[in-house]
Amino acid sequence: MAHASSYRPNTAIGKWFDVRLPVMRMMHDQFNDFPTPRNLNYLWTFGGILTFFLVVQLATGIVLAMHYIPHESMAFDSVEKIMRDVNWGWLLRYMHANGGSMFFLAVYIHIARGMYYGSYKAPREILWVIGVFIFLAMMATAFMGYSLVWGQMSFWAVTVITNLFSSLDSIVDGLGTAVVQWIWGGFSVGGPTLTRLFSLHYLLPFIITGLVILHIWALHVPGSNNPTGIDIKSKSDAIPFHPYYTFKDAYALCLFVILFMGLVFYAPNFLAHPDNYIQANPLQTPPHIVPEWYFLPFYAILRAIPDKLFGVIAFAGSIGLLAFLPWLDTSKVKSTRYRPIYKWFFALFIINTLVLGYLGAKPAEGMYLLFARIGTAFYFAHLLVVMPVVGWFEKPSAMPGSITDDVLGKGSGGGRPSAATASPGRR
Amino acid sequence: MTIAAGSFAAVGSAAALWPFVDQMNPDASALSLATTEVDLAPIEEGQSITVSWRGKPVFIRHRTPAEIEQAKAVKLEDLADPEARNENLDDSAPATDENRVKDKKEKWLVMVGICTHLGCIPKGQRVGDEKGEYGGWFCPCHGSHYDTAGRIRKGPAPRNLDVPTYDYISETKIKIG
Repeated sequence: MAHASSYRPNTAIGKWFDVRLPVMRMMHDQFNDFPTPRNLNYLWTFGGILTFFLVVQLATGIVLAMHYIPHESMAFDSVEKIMRDVNWGWLLRYMHANGGSMFFLAVYIHIARGMYYGSYKAPREILWVIGVFIFLAMMATAFMGYSLVWGQMSFWAVTVITNLFSSLDSIVDGLGTAVVQWIWGGFSVGGPTLTRLFSLHYLLPFIITGLVILHIWALHVPGSNNPTGIDIKSKSDAIPFHPYYTFKDAYALCLFVILFMGLVFYAPNFLAHPDNYIQANPLQTPPHIVPEWYFLPFYAILRAIPDKLFGVIAFAGSIGLLAFLPWLDTSKVKSTRYRPIYKWFFALFIINTLVLGYLGAKPAEGMYLLFARIGTAFYFAHLLVVMPVVGWFEKPSAMPGSITDDVLGKGSGGGRPSAATASPGRR
Repeated sequence: MTIAAGSFAAVGSAAALWPFVDQMNPDASALSLATTEVDLAPIEEGQSITVSWRGKPVFIRHRTPAEIEQAKAVKLEDLADPEARNENLDDSAPATDENRVKDKKEKWLVMVGICTHLGCIPKGQRVGDEKGEYGGWFCPCHGSHYDTAGRIRKGPAPRNLDVPTYDYISETKIKIG
């Protein structure tokens, strides 16, 4: 957010740089003395955690690419060579594989935080839309990276997902087939598909990095939202980013990395699928195809619809609709904390998404299919009906006058006990 | 002048872009993949084999009289996809059992073994496999059921299994492609 620069270069070289390329001034004003709401809780630490995992994935990925061979008959073996022969190869690969899972865990918490506290609402719409693009790019990158292992799950995941485009055949005859063969570089998934997936898997993280820079830029124009959803009004509402939030973020990051390292060292294949340790075989589909855990809710939606084209549309829509939240939500207040009715719908939405994730891992038949259909209907009803309608008639509960009032327990409504200031995650 | 320069640049950029797009299409070596010849003689009645053609699995089943009868008994209006999907016939051919085979050799069913939903390989080729509710093939990925003529009967797949171009080069030998 715009504020007077407090950067004062002390050294001669600092002054020399400052009039030519004021990078130090920008860093100081944006990440040191940046005014930040004083009441951010631990859910606000996931932006930093996500940045950390982007760096982890880039660093481990760049060195893994020094040993990986993107060839249909050598890819699988080169991954095993990384695991067995390359110095620390096992650690680097497990960090990269589990790092992807951690990245998604963090981004889901980050997205849910944004939804709960209305962080997508004006003036942060562009910030939110860029975030949805980052999420899409992350999904594409993760999917392509998973395919590179060239195990059975990799191969058949690529087959199923690329075939989503063949549904275009029902709009223009032959178009879908042409598109799919263009993606494959052949008549089925094979060597040419693998090399292009590798090329794009290496490219996309840098595009994500670019989007992240825009995301942070768009964040720093209005500044951070906060649990009350009330803007900073006076000096007492804000504290400098450093040291307060640099260390809060660092502490949360340490806890999260403990979870990450627990997986890497004690259960590195806990989130993986054993079938992916079988080399890809184009003539045999595994009996039960499941995507990685982070795609399961969307996969459940894809399978819940009995029509191919509409299944694909629902699949794409379940993610694409998120970009329209700023305009679908009609509520006057940002934070769900002050929304007595929407609060319950939001809880239901989270539970529903988790249930869809569970169903995505189960076979698409019987009761599983029935519940997946109910869950899919509810998912879309939440975004398209609940968000516009509830915001329109709901009467928000009493809100504190300012961030400072909330922290000190002087709410105009008095609904918040003063003891809240002592609860963890609040300052 | 500006319009001329602008349109020249736009057309030029579009033309320059095409090689970058087209390079992803199947290359000369993929297109030149040879046809596949299959000897049908060793396949016993009731047995199925899978052969590879252009990197894709092709199902060949030596159908039993019971399976043929079952497929013939189905009315056209009960089919989810009423078209034969047989590349040896016209696009408009109805999906009768006769139109799913070639030269009225109804005991031999030859199809690309790729589910028309999202490209998995349906089960049903091996003896112990689940064959679905219509006794033909069952795709485990998203639950599509195919009958004994490889026609879609239930589930998300939009089309019958494709019958590739093939010819009988002798009484018991076919050439696919």
